[in-house]
Amino acid sequence: MECVFGLVGNGFSILVADTSAVHSILVHKSNEDKIMVLDSHKLIAASGESGDRVQFTEFIQKNVSLYQFRNGIPLTTAAAANFTRGELATALRKSPYMVNILMAGFDKETGPSLYYLDYIATLHKVDKAAFGYGSYFALSMMDRHFHSGMSVEEAIELVDKCIIEIRSRLVVAPPNFVIKIVDKDGAREHAWRETVKETTAPPSA
Amino acid sequence: MSRRYDSRTTIFSPEGRLYQVEYAMEAIGNAGSAIGILSKDGVVLVGEKKVTSKLLQTSTSTEKMYKIDDHVACAVAGIMSDANILINTARVQAQRYTFAYQEPMPVEQLVQSLCDTKQGYTQFGGLRPFGVSFLFAGWDKNYGFQLYMSDPSGNYGGWKSAAVGANNQAAQSMLKQDYKDDITREEAVQLALKVLSKTMDSTSLTSDKLELAEVFLTPGGKVKYQVCSPDSLSKLLVKYGVTQPAAETS
Repeated sequence: MECVFGLVGNGFSILVADTSAVHSILVHKSNEDKIMVLDSHKLIAASGESGDRVQFTEFIQKNVSLYQFRNGIPLTTAAAANFTRGELATALRKSPYMVNILMAGFDKETGPSLYYLDYIATLHKVDKAAFGYGSYFALSMMDRHFHSGMSVEEAIELVDKCIIEIRSRLVVAPPNFVIKIVDKDGAREHAWRETVKETTAPPSA
Repeated sequence: MSRRYDSRTTIFSPEGRLYQVEYAMEAIGNAGSAIGILSKDGVVLVGEKKVTSKLLQTSTSTEKMYKIDDHVACAVAGIMSDANILINTARVQAQRYTFAYQEPMPVEQLVQSLCDTKQGYTQFGGLRPFGVSFLFAGWDKNYGFQLYMSDPSGNYGGWKSAAVGANNQAAQSMLKQDYKDDITREEAVQLALKVLSKTMDSTSLTSDKLELAEVFLTPGGKVKYQVCSPDSLSKLLVKYGVTQPAAETS
């Protein structure tokens, strides 16, 4: 089951997502990056139906780019989150997107932020959030250990605690995770946490 | 000239002109003038009223100045009924943006959006262009205070000071002479009233022939659009020497 979670620290936001692409009982790949870079200072992590997930996040990403090309200024994280929610809401009563989203961003005027959007177009601005079966463990760990204004090191420690819980307690736990961070210097990949490596060559005879 | 190319807006003349658009601008040249001046701490809009009957309900209706959104206002010159349609369009566009993004629409984007509408009427549909020119005054967090002028062709530009309507050429050259980049809002009001009084046809200027509006930030940081009351306007006109004070009754 897919796990996506994130939190806001001191001048940065972090998003963590599992990297397994699963179809029924088959794992297609275990290095699928589910955290998209929306623009220079925004990240969007999505979980849900895989077709919708890619389609919808790419649609949002292209619209965010178009806004920037048209108007010469980037959208704020709040504006992008509200726009995304609007798209989810419009599609909801026709052909809903079965995607849950965590959007993290950094704005010069307002600092780091994290937005929770679920597939029925709920929008909340939050300090920590999680989706999927892993959320039961991640949220509990964050409730216990999170405090506002954490440093990057403290936040990564908490992220690792959450990953350990998910790995040990979830019956079909995803083996690998990707961690991405966004701060004043932009959005970028921070680290991977892998227990199973994708093999590129057949085993030697 | 080539009168046979007048009838359809959607075609060029052989000389490469759109006659209907030009005729629309002619119509505006006969309308009451409006002047806008951008200052460090606000934007000033002044308009000449053509309808000056005592019977007019001035407290509830304005002729020249309209609020588009909390942070944008405009002055109009031209055919009033055309202006009403466009003002409503602009208001809807501003709210639609806020509905999608939960933020006020940046001023230039609003102007651009309205101008795209105006342009449509010069290219397809076979309908005539709108006979209105606008002066948009607003504030947003990207570029602060801004002043834009747009015309029936759908062109727009950002200005430090601009004039539309009757005698706008004369007003524009007067503004060019006296405008300075670090002008304050108070000085801008004075300049606008002075220039308008010189370009208006009427011999004596009274507050019922003018409208004055300002867009500025309150001390709390919120954008405020304020239309000057007739009494304060009269006082300002006297203060800046534009009208003579009322004679004392003996």
